[in-house]
This record gives sequence, structure tokens and C-alpha cells, in this order.
Amino acid sequence: MSIEVRNLRKTFGDFVALDNVSLEVPGGELVALLGPSGSGKTTLLRIIAGLEPADQGTIHFHGEDATDQPVRERQVGFVFQHYALFRHMSVFENVAFGLRVRPRSVRPSEAEIRDTVMSLLRLVQLDVLAKRRPSELSGGQRQRVALARALAVKPKVLLLDEPFGALDAKVRKELRRWLRRLHEEVHVTSVFVTHDQEEALEVSDRVVVMNQGRIEQSGTPEEVYEHPKTPFVYGFLGDVNLFHGRIHQGRVSIGEGELDAPEWAGAQDQAGVAYVRTYDVELAPAPSGASSLEAVVRHVRAFGPVVRLELDLVDGGRTIEAHIPRDRFDRLDLTKGQRVYVSPTNVRVFAEPS
Amino acid sequence: MATLVLSRPATTAPRTITRATGESRAVRWTLISIALAFLALTLVLPLVLVFTEALAKGLTTYLGAIREPDALSAAKLTLLIASVAVPVNLIFGVSAAWCISKFTFPGKNLLITLIDLPFAVSPVISGMIFVLLFGAHSWFGPWLQDHDIKIIFAVPGMVLATTFVTAPFIARELIPLMQEQGTEEEEAAIVLGAGGWQTFWRVTLPNIKWGVLYGLILCNARAMGEFGAVSVVSGHIRGVTNTLPLHVEILYNEYAFAASFAVASVLTLLALVTLALKTLVEWQQRRASTDLAEDDSPLERTAA
Repeated sequence: MSIEVRNLRKTFGDFVALDNVSLEVPGGELVALLGPSGSGKTTLLRIIAGLEPADQGTIHFHGEDATDQPVRERQVGFVFQHYALFRHMSVFENVAFGLRVRPRSVRPSEAEIRDTVMSLLRLVQLDVLAKRRPSELSGGQRQRVALARALAVKPKVLLLDEPFGALDAKVRKELRRWLRRLHEEVHVTSVFVTHDQEEALEVSDRVVVMNQGRIEQSGTPEEVYEHPKTPFVYGFLGDVNLFHGRIHQGRVSIGEGELDAPEWAGAQDQAGVAYVRTYDVELAPAPSGASSLEAVVRHVRAFGPVVRLELDLVDGGRTIEAHIPRDRFDRLDLTKGQRVYVSPTNVRVFAEPS
Repeated sequence: MATLVLSRPATTAPRTITRATGESRAVRWTLISIALAFLALTLVLPLVLVFTEALAKGLTTYLGAIREPDALSAAKLTLLIASVAVPVNLIFGVSAAWCISKFTFPGKNLLITLIDLPFAVSPVISGMIFVLLFGAHSWFGPWLQDHDIKIIFAVPGMVLATTFVTAPFIARELIPLMQEQGTEEEEAAIVLGAGGWQTFWRVTLPNIKWGVLYGLILCNARAMGEFGAVSVVSGHIRGVTNTLPLHVEILYNEYAFAASFAVASVLTLLALVTLALKTLVEWQQRRASTDLAEDDSPLERTAA
């Protein structure tokens, strides 16, 4: 079941939560809405669910206009950030709720409810805890009950609001993989909201990066990570260094050094920012060409396969971060206070808004 | 989980530093003594006195005073008034708390303030309001007389006054509780296809049931014990418009002390039962909210 959002706009007083947002989610996909807090991602999810009305725009489920359909008729599964389990009901009753509240004519029999609920609880590996109260479960278990409850009504689409937000790092990682596998199994069109780029990139088929009520970029995790379209996406996905300078005829001058920016061949002395990923930095004991920038090692964190270095640029005094492989670091034999030459290997230049 | 042992070994010298919020022994005992003396004087002593005075002339007089027709009719009227005022306030309180805590609408703060009005004004004034509204020389007075409807100096007025005075109890109890619980569970229910009534009966009400009960108990206690407002609208007609508190006053004014205290002791017993019930409900409520508090710290236990 595909979801299509067209020209959605939503304001809360003066605050524009969504500014002309259009989005298509093909049936069966698992899509991540990624953005910082206040970017409008949760609002978008709630509007898709029908929990919030939009000021303008339409929502279509599988080509059918659902904009004015009330929540309870939309047949969406929604997993709340804090799960919102019914605290006075057992795990079993929580999952059964959506079936029990159906009108008598379409309500499954008690035996059918039992079967459905128990098979869902087996799916989320909680069948042994069916009689427990939500308060007797761990965070990860509650999350899975919430998922089972949402799936019980056979939703057309599954919407998850920060599904792993309230969990600790280890459980979060486990559940992430588990959600991916679950999605492969049940294959329901799913949209989840997250502010964690790693989570979005690892779990989803497609990532939609949002900022200030707009969609900055949407694409496969590889696309958005390797080819960010906007400075915001560059900065939000992965660690990045910023070099402020001037763009002139395909070259960016940063202090004494100069970097190639072929896509800016026509630029005439324009302010620009060069984005360089922390691992796209080459370090050398001696300068190698015009793109080498002189720096002093400020701090070294040498554990694991990647060594993280903080470097003070001699020219301009800015601090940058470089992640280099262990063996490279060992060969360079760098220590604190040592002089080193930095050459970015992969640069993306954006003009600075004037 | 290991338990933290806080007792210090006996060999170390006594420490000179106390806990930051701790007070010296003298201050502590002075404060405790003042509080206890005050309680004894204002609460325990009167309580004991009520029962000793009631039984001063023997058990026969005591039982006689309670079984007397006027006393019985006063008790019946008290129960009747409570049995109308409490359910009315239950419906009003739950619906007011529901709309205040689950929705935003213009005039919400005004409504919250208005709910507190009966607490803010003196009960006598509350009674006066109804006399001014429905009394013989009032706005509705002539119309009521034409239709032969008696409100003031009759049971309807007493029910109205009691309902007004006890209106805030249930709403006041539920508003903070429901605000704390938020709307997420209701949203979850609606997304799952539940209608408004289903959501209320299956999700909202079970979550507030202890709060409702607590409010009910307090509301009932006040409804049965209300004196001021009821006194103004009742007209003190013996056997007709006398509630238990009014009956106590009449007996006392007639120097029938033993009888007066006997009836008062019934009310006092009622208060004690109320307190016991209240404590029980508070205890249940705390248990329910510990469950809730655990909801917020899900990280201790590992996921299977």
C-alpha cells in the first residue's frame, strides 16, 4: 500500500512545522524520516496517521484520497515514542485491543482473537509474557508489544515515531536489526521517524532528510550519504569538516591553500564552504601541492581500527577532525604538537548564502 | 542489585557533619512536640469528647437519641441529598476533567477557575445565592409559586446547595491526574479503531478509577457533613428539612447535649470510615502510580 503526500502545510501559531512537503512512499518500503528536533518529521508522521489535521495538502493511500478520513478508519498502525501501552491491561489484552473494539459484525471470535494475538506475540518473541502488565516489561519488550499491537489490526501502513528513542544503545542496536527482519517478514509499508542518522541509514530502504519543515533530500541510504544535495544533509549525515573560503573560477582558496572545485568553474570571487568528511582527509609529513594545509596535532584518540585526530589549522586557527586508518597512523607516527600537512581528498563546495 | 549499606561502623567517632537537610535534635523534637500538641488539642481531644459526651448519660439515652424519629428522618434526608449530589458531581467532575485535560479550547482557564468557585466562597454565601435565585422575592420566585414548585425551604434547594458546594471535589482530583497521563493512550486506542465511548470506558476510565473513587469519598463526606449552605436553604423544619448536621445544631440549642453529641457521633463515625477508605484508596493509587513511574525507567532490565 503506497503513501502519497502532496503539498502538505502545517503551522502551529507562527511556527511553520511543515512547509509544502510532498513525499511518495512506494508500497512495501521501509522509509526513515530523518531530521533534527523541530524539523517537522513527527508532525508529518502524525498527519499521515490522521492524528493531526493538515492546514493544506492531501494524503493518498494507494491512490485513494485519505485526507479527510478519520483516524480510526485509516487502518494505520502507529507505534508511539513512549509506546502508549494500555497500562492496566495485560500484554495479551493490549495486542487484542484493536480486534476487540471492532463492531460486532466484523469482530473475530474469541478463538480467532486468541490465535491472532498469540501468533503476533510469537512473531515479536513475547508469547511467554502474554499475561504480564506493561510495567513488568523492559523498554525493548514494551516496544515490541507496541509493534505487535499495531500489527494486530492488519494495518495498511505502519508508522513508528522514534521507535528506539527511549532505549539504551545496546537494546537499540538489537531492535534495529530485528525491525529490519520483521519488515522483511510482514512487508507492510512502513515509515519511521528518527533523529539518529545511523539508525536511518542502517534500517531503511529510503531516507528522507528533513529540516525546518522541508524535505532536504530523499533517496537510498547510499545516495543521501555519498551524494548529499545540500549543505544541511552533508552536515547532518556523518562527521564533516567545514572550510570557509572564496570560490573563484573552479578553485576554492582556504587561507594559504587552494582546493579544486570544478563544478564552480564560472564562479567569480564568491563566498563558499567546502565540506570534507573526516575520513576524506590525507595526512602527510610534508606539503604535497597547493591543496595541502598546514596543521598542528592537538589531540589524538588512538583506540580501535580508526584513529581520530583533532588538528589546529595553522592558517586561520580553525580546528578540524581527521579519521585515519590505524596502519596509516602508525606509519606517520604522529604525536601531540607535531606539524602535519592536511590534504582533503574529496571535497564538496557549496556557495554561502549571501 | 546490591543493597547499599548506609550504617557506619561502630568504631568511628561520631561525625560532626549532618545531612544537609537535617536539623539538630533539639529543633527536631521541638517541632514534633508542637505539631503533636496541636493535633491532640484540635483533633484528638474533640474526637474523644464527642464520644464521651454522647455516652455521658448511658447507652440507652445514646441509642434513644439516634432512634428518635426526627433523627432517623434527618439521617434519611442526609442520605437522600448525598445520593443525588454525589452522582451528579461524579458526572460533572469526570466530564469537566476529561475536557480540560484532553482538549485545548478557548475559555479553558476560566473553566478551571470556575470549578474552584465553590471552594472559594463561604458556604453560607452559596446558600444565599440559591435563596436569592429561587426564594419568594427572587427572580424565579413568582414563577415557581405559580407552578407550585418549592425549592427553598425544601429538599430540592438543599440538594442544589449541596451539589454546588461539593462540585469541585471530583474534578479537582482528576484534572492533575489526567493531565499527567496525557493523551497518548487515547490516541493509541483511536488509531486502533476504537470509538469515543470505547476509548473512554476501556482506556481512560480504568486509568483514573482510583482518582474517581478518592474524589467520590471526599465528595460524599462533604455532602453528608455540609452545614452552612444547607442551613440557609433548609428552613430547619424538623422531620422534613433537617439533615444530620442541622439536627445536631437544633438539639444542642435545646440543651439536649447528650442527644446532640449522640447524633454528632454518628457523623464522626462516618468521618472516620471516610478517612479509612481514603487511606485505602490513596494506598492503591500510589501502587498504581508506582507502576506508572516504572514505565519511565525501562532501561534497567535487558530485552530478551
